[in-house]
Amino acid sequence: MTQEDIGGQRLGIVVSGSLNKGIEVKLHSSASVEDMAVGRYVTIEGNKRRFFGMITDISLGVIDQKLTLTPPDVSDPFMAEVLAGTSTYGTLHVLPTLTISGDATSLLEGPQPVKTVPSHFSAVNLASQRDVELVFGSEDEKKFYIGTPLDMETKICLDLPELVKRSNGIFGKSGTGKTFLTRLLLIGMLQKGTAVNLVFDMHSEYGWESRSEEGRKVKALKQLFPSKVAVFTLDEEGSRRRQVSTDFVVRIGYDEIEPEDMVLLRQTLNLTEPAVEAVYQLSRRFGKNWLQSSLDLKDSEETRELLKEMSIHESTYQNLQRGLATIRRLPFFIPHTLDNPVKRILEYLDQGINVVLEFGRYTDITAYILVANLLTRRIHAQYRERMEKAIGEDIALPHPLVITIEEAHRFLNPELASQTIFGIIAREMRKYNVTLLVIDQRPSGIDSEVMSQIGTKITCLLDNERDIDSVLAGVSGKSELKSVLSRLESRQQALIFGHAVPMPVVVRTREYGSPESYKDFIPGGEAEIRKQAEKDIEELWE
Amino acid sequence: MERVGEVIEASTTGFVAQCYELYQSPPLGSLVKTRDLPLELYGIVYNATTTSLEPGRRPIARGKDEASEEEIYKSSPQLLQLLRSEFSALVVGYRENDKLYHYLPPKPARIHGFVHLCPPGEVKEFSQSFDFLNILINTHLPVPADELIAACLRQMSQVYEDPHPFLVVAGKELAILLSGEFNQLKAILGRIRTS
Repeated sequence: MTQEDIGGQRLGIVVSGSLNKGIEVKLHSSASVEDMAVGRYVTIEGNKRRFFGMITDISLGVIDQKLTLTPPDVSDPFMAEVLAGTSTYGTLHVLPTLTISGDATSLLEGPQPVKTVPSHFSAVNLASQRDVELVFGSEDEKKFYIGTPLDMETKICLDLPELVKRSNGIFGKSGTGKTFLTRLLLIGMLQKGTAVNLVFDMHSEYGWESRSEEGRKVKALKQLFPSKVAVFTLDEEGSRRRQVSTDFVVRIGYDEIEPEDMVLLRQTLNLTEPAVEAVYQLSRRFGKNWLQSSLDLKDSEETRELLKEMSIHESTYQNLQRGLATIRRLPFFIPHTLDNPVKRILEYLDQGINVVLEFGRYTDITAYILVANLLTRRIHAQYRERMEKAIGEDIALPHPLVITIEEAHRFLNPELASQTIFGIIAREMRKYNVTLLVIDQRPSGIDSEVMSQIGTKITCLLDNERDIDSVLAGVSGKSELKSVLSRLESRQQALIFGHAVPMPVVVRTREYGSPESYKDFIPGGEAEIRKQAEKDIEELWE
Repeated sequence: MERVGEVIEASTTGFVAQCYELYQSPPLGSLVKTRDLPLELYGIVYNATTTSLEPGRRPIARGKDEASEEEIYKSSPQLLQLLRSEFSALVVGYRENDKLYHYLPPKPARIHGFVHLCPPGEVKEFSQSFDFLNILINTHLPVPADELIAACLRQMSQVYEDPHPFLVVAGKELAILLSGEFNQLKAILGRIRTS
């Protein structure tokens, strides 16, 4: 293989290292240490196989300690040139992650996780476009192009069918591009048709256009794929004002709320433990209509008798009443509904149409937790039933469903994770073809058991030590990735690792938001939208 | 090929040659060779002397009444016959069957072997490998090794159109050989710098 074949620039040679801690590479004198960057890919040409790895640290070395004590006169270019790479040199710390062996079987199987280290003095090159393609695959009907590696033009692709088999997480500080990344991923799933999505859209960003931080209008799913996306709303008025074409206005009847829903709201509604107990008692007493009946209770002797009978303390009752009043104040909760939102959502999902539920002005966390949890529990139950039926009767399995939730630490914190449906979905994963897409800015607030079950993690810049630790928990080469993660740029860069990618990868995310970018997302058939994109481009020039 | 002298003393590691003309010894650090068929031995000039022909007879000062130094030799023409110039070379390699070896030959040079100054082409060929530097560093000589190495590299660099790249590569080789002796390295580099 000639240097041209490999394509990458010659960097140096392996001088020491271990599988656990990574490999030390002495930089060749022709390669400047200032041109290196953590997060870049290298290939190592071992004797029997090639290794693929990532630069995780860069350091300086001298051959003789005297040099550091009496530094040479580097203003003399000759002296500097001679010493560079000989007496003074750069070293790279490389974390090898994959091996690519030369024989036929391994070519078929593709890159394998690394189980050994390259031998001494193996040559190290910068990975070429072809190497990266070999590892991450190229865009096809299953793989979705999410971004490019640093300083390269190659496309990094996510294996979407693999991705939706597990729950996934998108993390990052506020303003680092989580929303853009989520839109991209949702579009990917839509485009490749690997799963249907149910998005609990707290800030109304995914269904219809919203504004980016620079104040530019950014299109969302419904505008790009009108036939594949349905927008449901809780806030009809707000949606109308934003000129969103909604498909369904969600109203939830009191009788839909079950005691389990109240458990989750304990913190947000400030309910006491006995108050939650009381909910169960009330529900046993009044049945399905417990909420309405409880609200209807008058402050009378009769009521007091009743409470006494159920041994509910007066103060507990007051506490509960205050909580219930908060729920009653949410306008989309009404005593009785004619239409069942769960049924409607399932109808759409069955047709392969993705549902975005906009919360409009009800960005209050109480509403979000209650609605998301309520709907998800029923949908999950339906899926579970269908899945069991499908297995029993040997018919087609239901379409994989991905549920997107924001502010995930509110649902999945250690206290609630065992109780909410989201905790259950995250843990039992793909058994019922329902998985989560978790979006959060405080991953340390999420239960570690749930975190460990998240298949693929996409994380933008995080700088809180605890958040970084919780995201990287259990990943091999954690300390190396830590240095990569904390050095991400604050925009458009993300570290992806886990199930859907063969090795951790830093990407500059694909562009989203410009008319050209929309064009790339839309498959060839939809000429009309294509035309719209062209019109948008023209408008830019006007 | 310029003939510069004749071997009058030889050992495995070096040889001494007498110049045909007084004061005509090759420059310090230059590459010379002598033939001992089928071998050709390469040496680097590390020392040159001019002494009286007879060891016991020292020259005496003669210029008190002369106007210039040239006049001394003119008025005493026998001087040229009573003095002789010699130079010593360190053997650094040999050629056998058209192949170059940058290490010591199996046997020393022959007495009365002619010594030639190597032409530029041959210097270039020989300096493709820097293995000879190791011999220069590790041999104890009456001249300081730093001076000799610097002189030798300066001489060799002259056959290149652009001496800079050659000196950089040589410098890097030295940096590795002298990895523990930075001061010596610094001294040599200071002596071979082009600008």
